[in-house]
Amino acid sequence: MVRHFRPFYVAVRARPFKHRSCMNFTNFINTFWANTISGLSLGAIYALIALGYTLVYGVLRLINFANSEVFMLGTFGSLAALWILGVPSAGAPKAGIALLGTLALMLVLSILFSGGAAILLELLAYRPLRRRNSPRLVFLISAIGASLAIAEAVGAFGARKREEYPFGRVWNTRKNLFKISDFDVQVRHVMVIGGALIMMSGLALFVNKTRLGRGMRAVAQDAETARILGVNVDHVILITFAVGGVMAGGAAFLYALFFEATRYNAGFLLGVKAFTAAVLGGIGNITGALVGGLLLGLIENWGAGLFGGQWKDVIAFAVLVLVLMVRPTGLFGETLGRSRA
Amino acid sequence: MTRWRSEVLLEVKDLQVFYGRIQAIRGISFSVAEGEIVTLIGANGAGKTTTMKTMSGVRPVAAGSVRFDGKDITKMASHKRVELGIGQAPEGRGIFPGMTVRENLDMGMYLRKDRKSGAAAADLERVLILFPRLRERINQAGGSMSGGEQQMLAIARALMGRPRLLLLDEPSMGLAPMLINQIFRIISEINAQGTTVLLVEQNAAKALKIATRAYVLESGEIVKTGKGSDLLNDSAVRDAYLGGK
Repeated sequence: MVRHFRPFYVAVRARPFKHRSCMNFTNFINTFWANTISGLSLGAIYALIALGYTLVYGVLRLINFANSEVFMLGTFGSLAALWILGVPSAGAPKAGIALLGTLALMLVLSILFSGGAAILLELLAYRPLRRRNSPRLVFLISAIGASLAIAEAVGAFGARKREEYPFGRVWNTRKNLFKISDFDVQVRHVMVIGGALIMMSGLALFVNKTRLGRGMRAVAQDAETARILGVNVDHVILITFAVGGVMAGGAAFLYALFFEATRYNAGFLLGVKAFTAAVLGGIGNITGALVGGLLLGLIENWGAGLFGGQWKDVIAFAVLVLVLMVRPTGLFGETLGRSRA
Repeated sequence: MTRWRSEVLLEVKDLQVFYGRIQAIRGISFSVAEGEIVTLIGANGAGKTTTMKTMSGVRPVAAGSVRFDGKDITKMASHKRVELGIGQAPEGRGIFPGMTVRENLDMGMYLRKDRKSGAAAADLERVLILFPRLRERINQAGGSMSGGEQQMLAIARALMGRPRLLLLDEPSMGLAPMLINQIFRIISEINAQGTTVLLVEQNAAKALKIATRAYVLESGEIVKTGKGSDLLNDSAVRDAYLGGK
């Protein structure tokens, strides 16, 4: 599973320890900018996936564990786009309209795969349970079941092996753009961080400025009052899943550009990290998802620079536990169960 | 007191509501005619709020029927009822704590198609004249306001939907006596401007004073009904709900 992060490790791997100290400050300083840029890139992907958890939690008080598979299906959307265009065999367009068209189709298919999966999840796995007034635990089991079922179905379909995107022939995303200190910032870093910020801004506009967005916030803050005021709660919930799916689809597209490979279980570790980011920021809070995602990316990469790459995940989760001990509602969380969406 | 018109706006027949196996409403019937202020009074747990929740479609009906403007709405979804013209300021006020006063008021227009029109702006102006305090706090978060201000906001928000029938659930709850007088004065004013009101209250004395007609609810049953002024002088009602005298 960790294999997906390898391209990313290669860039930042610490030199082998020559001394017995557990902290390597020299390495931390030397790799600081590399780890910062990589951390922000990965953090931006965490943040986009975290939004799916946080939005759904906001309106339903439900952790949609299958959100990680919503994301994973999105990565196959981008792959499908490349298959459809015949890029692997036919060689590839290198620039201009053809390149933009390829990118656009990848993004659109990723969003369609992820958004569609999120909508189907709500309609098939959650709404029937709400109709029956099922207890909370049942929703959780349904979420975990859906998550495993989707991942295994994709695996059984034949994608158990690592699928490389034949993308390198389309566009070299590892081209160096500019230097910060002595770290070369590549096209993919700019794409991922910039793309995530654009999607986040779009979401902020939707939630704060549109009627449906306001309806979402209303349901998150007080579902019964929202109903009394004329909000069709089921409709808003469906929209919320769709919006979370679109964000996951965007994340999947950026992930495809960044790592150029995917797999049936690509969502698992990333999903756990994104969920962690959501909790770190304060689940139910949109700003929290953004800050939590970026912070988690930074912390684990800086930590990798300080302690060595193999400690990355340990550090990430240790920080989570520490933050939650001091602030149980997360960095931006308000009093429990009353978080803003 | 407003004119007595004969058109029945809300008609409830033999309504029964359950919470699990416990029957909260045991077959009550009542009606509200256009232009009236009708009040349901009763002690804690008599079933007043349950009745209100049934009117707005938040609680399902076990038996009986609810008709609004001649249409059967017994099983209608909440948002469709709002479309027909039923607005509510719920028990506990239901202010969205993370939204500003302005956003809360906008939520009252959620289903209106003319949200951006002059008519909507005029309605906003109207409720802000009715509740000047809200104008002062227009950009403040709903959750940071006092109980009285929140109650005003809840009523104002319901009015933003231009309801034909306004449901008010315990508007005086938890408020200081001076504020209570103010709220009841405003309810009369809203009614005088043409909105029909169904008012649920524990503060029976105040409610009966402004009500056209009243129903006394006890353990999920209606035990007495009459004109507001008559019940105010009824000795049984006085003993039970007005603290005797």
